[in-house]
Amino acid sequence: MNISLAAEPVFVLFGLIPITNSLLVTWIVIGLILMLSVIVRFTSGLIPNKLQNFFEVLYEGSYKFVEGILGEITPHVYPLAISLFMFIALGNLAGLLPGMGSVFVPMAIHGELEWMPLFRAVTADLNMTFALAIIAIIMNQYFSIRFIGVKKYFHRFINFSSPINFFVGILEIISEFSKILSFSFRLFGNVFAGEVLLAVMYYLVPFAVPIPFLLMEIFVGLMQAFVFSLLFVVFVKVSVAEH
Amino acid sequence: MEPQAISGLTIAIGGLGPAIAIGLIASKAMEAIGRNPEATPQIQTNMVLGLAFAEAIAIYSLVMALILKFV
Repeated sequence: MNISLAAEPVFVLFGLIPITNSLLVTWIVIGLILMLSVIVRFTSGLIPNKLQNFFEVLYEGSYKFVEGILGEITPHVYPLAISLFMFIALGNLAGLLPGMGSVFVPMAIHGELEWMPLFRAVTADLNMTFALAIIAIIMNQYFSIRFIGVKKYFHRFINFSSPINFFVGILEIISEFSKILSFSFRLFGNVFAGEVLLAVMYYLVPFAVPIPFLLMEIFVGLMQAFVFSLLFVVFVKVSVAEH
Repeated sequence: MEPQAISGLTIAIGGLGPAIAIGLIASKAMEAIGRNPEATPQIQTNMVLGLAFAEAIAIYSLVMALILKFV
């Protein structure tokens, strides 16, 4: 069994930059999303075919859903929310394909030759989920400044009107940082724990028993993508709300 | 104590609070749906939101247990 908390480097670019197996799968997922976008863009017409219909249903349903939460600032926030959802959902699903974690390549580490798995789920790398969380929180601050103004934005965190409000402001600052941690660890923990569970199941009984675990992992992957974007939308709503 | 026992205990104790919390959240959501079946979509959405926060704590302790075991 090969279970490693950190993503393993599988080749070195220009002799200096190590490329991890998660990063490789991320590039493949990005290529897939680009291909899908180009196909949908150029084969769509007034009468929708099946692929276009699927994306139209997804778009309308999720737009109405986000509009129900956010109201009139939806056109500014929705693109990021749906992009996060699609990227994380596709990444999680791609991490369940056959070949993830079972194809090995040799890699020289500190003079020794070790065998590293070539593919690993996109979000099973803490760097990836940390980057997504930082994007979400920084865009949160941007939307807050843009829609309620800089003075009210700072008034939320540094507030001298009373000792209790000052303390609440400090707590808000700390809570912004803890949101980054909770976003990244929630996504990473779910996906990595699912990978470990599947690895153990494949190792114990490789025939027929992993099927319910794979179904559960598909569900958990989609659920975590939905929760990530939903939490992002709700945090934007909280930071744009005026008292 | 042996390292295996410690990582096992981490997730066992750390999963206790979130399990109770998730049960409470879901049961309150069921009650609310029972009282007002028309508001089911909103109740469901907010329940999923609350479940995500509660489950995150269990995930923190799971990641801690995995770190203890594999690093």
